[in-house]
Amino acid sequence: MRASLFVTCLGDHFFADAAVSAVRLLRKLGVEVDFPEAQTCCGQPAYNAGHERDARRMAEHTLGVFRESEYVVLPSGSCACMLRRFYAHLFDDDAELSSHAAALAERTFELAEFLIRVLGVTHLGRGLEGRRVAYHHGCHALRELGIREEPLSLLVNAGARVVPWDAAEECCGFGGLFSVSFPQVSAGMADRKLDTLPPAGEVDFVTSADCGCLLQLSGRMQRRGLNLPARHLADVLWEAASEDT
Amino acid sequence: MKIRSREYPARARQSGDVRESVTGATLSFDARRRAAFADVAAEDWRHWAEGVKTHLLTHLDRYLEEAETRLTANGAQVHWAGSQEDVHRVLSAIIARRGVRRVVKGKSMLSEELEVNELLERRGVEVLETDLGEYILQLLDQPPSHIVGPAIHLSLDEIRQLYHDVHGTRLDAAPDELARVSREILREAFLAADMGITGGNFLVAETGTVALIENEGNIRLTTSAPAVHVALVGIEKLLPRWSDLAGFLQLTSRAATGQPVGNYVSMIQGPKTAGERDGPEEVHVVLVDNGRSRVLADPEVWEALRCVRCGACLNACPVYRQTGGHAYGAVYSGPIGSVLNPGLAGLHAAMPLPFASSLCGACADACPVRIPIPELLLSWRRRAVDEGLASRGKGALLAAWTAVATRPGLYEAAGRLLHALPDAARRVPLPVVNGWREVRADPQPARDSFRKLWREGIE
Repeated sequence: MRASLFVTCLGDHFFADAAVSAVRLLRKLGVEVDFPEAQTCCGQPAYNAGHERDARRMAEHTLGVFRESEYVVLPSGSCACMLRRFYAHLFDDDAELSSHAAALAERTFELAEFLIRVLGVTHLGRGLEGRRVAYHHGCHALRELGIREEPLSLLVNAGARVVPWDAAEECCGFGGLFSVSFPQVSAGMADRKLDTLPPAGEVDFVTSADCGCLLQLSGRMQRRGLNLPARHLADVLWEAASEDT
Repeated sequence: MKIRSREYPARARQSGDVRESVTGATLSFDARRRAAFADVAAEDWRHWAEGVKTHLLTHLDRYLEEAETRLTANGAQVHWAGSQEDVHRVLSAIIARRGVRRVVKGKSMLSEELEVNELLERRGVEVLETDLGEYILQLLDQPPSHIVGPAIHLSLDEIRQLYHDVHGTRLDAAPDELARVSREILREAFLAADMGITGGNFLVAETGTVALIENEGNIRLTTSAPAVHVALVGIEKLLPRWSDLAGFLQLTSRAATGQPVGNYVSMIQGPKTAGERDGPEEVHVVLVDNGRSRVLADPEVWEALRCVRCGACLNACPVYRQTGGHAYGAVYSGPIGSVLNPGLAGLHAAMPLPFASSLCGACADACPVRIPIPELLLSWRRRAVDEGLASRGKGALLAAWTAVATRPGLYEAAGRLLHALPDAARRVPLPVVNGWREVRADPQPARDSFRKLWREGIE
């Protein structure tokens, strides 16, 4: 099986190590990974801001980049959602591009989702034995793509304990340009997430499948002097798989 | 409709003092809604309700005429009001003819939209809000901040202080004591009032029945004690059939407060008939458009008119939770307000409300009539961009980003630059960068880009 990694712009430049982990993990599971180098940004920042023409140009570019891919795997629920759910809206006046977008949507998956729904892998190893993990559900993965149990079961099956977190399914306040247009509101939303975490000493790290959410949460934690690591899910899953016990 | 949404960014910035009250109240409402939905086949109910309202809205002309016919046959008087001015004319005529001096009001967002209290005060009519939350806000001269819980932005201590100042109660008075004091004042007012004004949760076209859900009994009294009852009903509040009503009463109650059904449901078909001792002599139903038919004609946002005003989207919204309703500067706040206000008051007047959302989608999941609120927000955002109302700075930035992201060579070069720059150089004072740094630490780019690591080979 072959899969193209769509690393996403934030993944490429801010979570490069996590993307490397994603490649290693997929290879270990027998997937032949390629990386089409013309890939850039999926266009979601423009789409969410109402700049449809800009979003469409980036989406058209992305359609071309992954035209030949058997599967497209993203270490991002939000960008996966952009390809899967929102590209359809951008091309509804163009039958050809619309059918390309629909075909791409069929082959596109967020990483944890790909492992479970496509590869049928539920147990990666026991590399997370005893780790206490707070899982932040990205909104698009959760509510648009219906990904809820996939990442949790991969973590638990690797020996981790997913700690109870009241606000686990609430928005972190990132929301693309929303985060810089209304900084206080956005920070208040992050604080609500952080203030409902179990007390220090009862959780080892926060993890999420979304780079934007991780930047938001870690940026706010650092500003508030909280010392909890915010790790990308791809990194955590590689740890789960790489330390067989 | 008065709207001051342009101040949203500044108000949102300063809304820290209501955050605790609003967060507590909305989380509690939301938890009760979830529990109440879990007790029934909520997904089936929601699909059914969506279907009924969609059918209604696509046959609205027919059902409005049916409602008028039935109401008239029941002895109610029907008034058609295209605008706020029309509503004011109708009310003024009734006030003059009946010599109305004192009005009691049931909670009605539509009456807020139509500035009814202002009209009554101008005409020298004494008006008293009889919903406890609205009564408190009237004392404070504040508008409601939430569709269902109008005073949830206030803490108990703030209300204790108010009652101490106005009614002389003790500063540590129990909530029951505050309610008792209010009840004494309101009871007198019901008996003295010449006219009661309410909204209407539903108007059944088939039978000409106005249905009202409440918990305090004040609407029951407002609609039955005074000699005249006026119900202000938005044209989107109709239901086609009597058999639709039971489902909507229950679904709306569950969505709003988590109750199987509100404590009181009043169903009003007309004035008291010969031989009946109780009830108003006159019942007026004002069918209000005030921008709704314009929303209905809009192919992208008409679904907002399915709204039953339960407030579930406000309770589910993490953005609303941070600011409360007053920050929005409009009668309708929260997610549904940000899609309705541009339709009712015009997009220009409602800016930047469509942008005041992270598009997390919690609102759409909570909505009992399945309004796709994030999609409607995006529709308004696209129009704001097309009409030149959106931020030009961010537009320019996105245009530049698009130019880079559609040229792999340029994207590659920009990426290399990002990793090569010293930290200080990344802190160019662009508004976007400032908006980030104001409340967060600077994000640290990876040492190398992934594409560089890929080319070097991944073991």
